[in-house]
Amino acid sequence: MNSELDLKPAAVFTSKTRQITLNINGISRGLEVLPYVTLLDALREYLDLTGTKKGCDHGQCGACTVICDDKRILSCLSLAVAKDGAEITTIEGVSTGNDLHPLQQAFIDHDAFQCGYCTPGQICSAIGMLSEGKAKTRADVKELMSGNLCRCGANMSIIDAIMEVKDGGGHE
Amino acid sequence: MNNFDYGAAAELKDAFIQVNENAANAFLAGGTNLIDLLKYNLVKAEKLVDINPLPDYHGIEETSDGKVRLGALLTNADTAYHPLIETNYPLLSRAILAGASAQIRNMATNGGNLLQRTRCYYFYDANVPCNKRNPGSGCSAIPGYNRTMAILGTSEYCIAVFPSDMCVALAALDATVDVSSAEGNRSIAFADFHRLPGNTPHLDNNLQHGELITGITLPKKGFEKNYSYLKLRDRNSYAFALVSVATALDLDGDRIKEARIALGGVAHRPWRVKEAEDLLQNQTATRENFAAAADLILKGAKGFEHNSFKIELAKRAIIRNCMMALHPESQMPGAQPSA
Ligand SMILES: Cc1cc2nc3c(=O)[nH]c(=O)nc-3n(C[C@H](O)[C@H](O)[C@H](O)COP(=O)(O)OP(=O)(O)OC[C@H]3O[C@@H](n4cnc5c(N)ncnc54)[C@H](O)[C@@H]3O)c2cc1C
Ligand code: SF4
Ligand code: FES
Ligand code: FES
Repeated sequence: MNSELDLKPAAVFTSKTRQITLNINGISRGLEVLPYVTLLDALREYLDLTGTKKGCDHGQCGACTVICDDKRILSCLSLAVAKDGAEITTIEGVSTGNDLHPLQQAFIDHDAFQCGYCTPGQICSAIGMLSEGKAKTRADVKELMSGNLCRCGANMSIIDAIMEVKDGGGHE
Repeated sequence: MNNFDYGAAAELKDAFIQVNENAANAFLAGGTNLIDLLKYNLVKAEKLVDINPLPDYHGIEETSDGKVRLGALLTNADTAYHPLIETNYPLLSRAILAGASAQIRNMATNGGNLLQRTRCYYFYDANVPCNKRNPGSGCSAIPGYNRTMAILGTSEYCIAVFPSDMCVALAALDATVDVSSAEGNRSIAFADFHRLPGNTPHLDNNLQHGELITGITLPKKGFEKNYSYLKLRDRNSYAFALVSVATALDLDGDRIKEARIALGGVAHRPWRVKEAEDLLQNQTATRENFAAAADLILKGAKGFEHNSFKIELAKRAIIRNCMMALHPESQMPGAQPSA
């Protein structure tokens, strides 16, 4: 925001902040947000959970994917106030202590990233996809992972990594 | 995004009270379209009334007369994967699963899907004229880059398309939309729900402010034996349709007892032509007969500088999809063409 702009807060911001609670990665976090704060911004800017990435901020890339009440969703199109009380898992919460989640390990084993920017969203999305249980074939996996774009073009390795975990049964 | 107020509605009466407080108050369902439009400042809301906490409209129920009602607040994903829909209305499942991405389908609701706005690039660019966004300002798409725009039912004021996939199947299935407001309830036939642009392109549909979609009712007949949804687009997934087709056939051997054909991506609402469907009645299910129906459906289509290709594409897509409907088991993920 440009500090030189002559903003008049009283006129511009008519709404009040609200107290909400988000259960993130098993920890209950209270925060105070204005209604227009997205879940993505609440995670990154208010709670310092910067693992979840902002790619497009418009629902078009999947970088902001988190798991909310057991479903993969886009945090950039969700309002934090509307998620009061929800259970949220971000990339920071998928490992168990120092033990990587099988998908994290498979992404390393298959070189499934270059810059890594899309990776947290890819992994959260893949966790959601595997628990939905609708993907039978590799073609299904590609279709059901199409909501996560990779600008580096690591897509084939990403699908390989997911297929290994899906078929290897290494997923809880 | 303007800093709107927020109110969760746990009761229907409260939802109406809150939304009627101000003409600029809007219902919030999945948010996948509304939050996006608010971020671009294309829509300004005074208050969002969150209808997700409402106790009803989250399920699928069979009515006593054999119809099926889809709750407006049920997500697109839960609808597409519901056993009753997969079994009795597979055309609807296929169309839903061809839209958006898995994450978006986990958020998007059935009610919201009907009300999504156009993806016309000029509608999304607040710096240029657009009659839909700013009535009377002009249409930038007609003289502009109009490759994705409509070829049927256009007006001199707007050539935008309605982008939903789910609604193409709902149109083919003759669904009805159930609506409640502070004044009472009404049902709207699917064909009467969405509008053509005419000289009021700012109105996408016939829902009034303060009216809540509570459900979508499907007639008993689901065409579960012979159906197909084909979606043609610039990439094979996670893109809006250039042209899409929903076909539902009721066959007796190779004789067509009843045919339904609805198009998406070509008009301001899902497009059906009764004469073409009637033409197929009692005919054999052949490529030639489907081609004759396709010609009739596209009769009167009008291309613009960059989208005339859609006319031939739509004809071929209709023929291809009707042939695919003869073998629904061969369908591909994402409503891609199958062999
Ligand atoms: C990147 C991207 C790609 C997409 N691709 C596709 C695609 O390929 N095919 C496709 O079909 N769709 C696609 N979509 C659109 C998506 O399907 C819609 O955004 C979604 O269905 C809208 O539902 P919602 O519940 O999120 O609605 P919201 O965004 O919550 O609401 C949309 C509008 O409906 C109103 N509303 C919502 N529910 C009700 C109700 N019950 N009664 C009255 N008013 C209500 C709201 O006030 C708002 O005006 C895509 C979206 C994105 C972001
Ligand atoms: S086609 Fe319709 S939505 Fe697009 S610029 Fe013209 S008036 Fe606006
Ligand atoms: S940042 Fe949410 S989809 Fe791109
Ligand atoms: S690894 Fe760079 S965007 Fe996917």
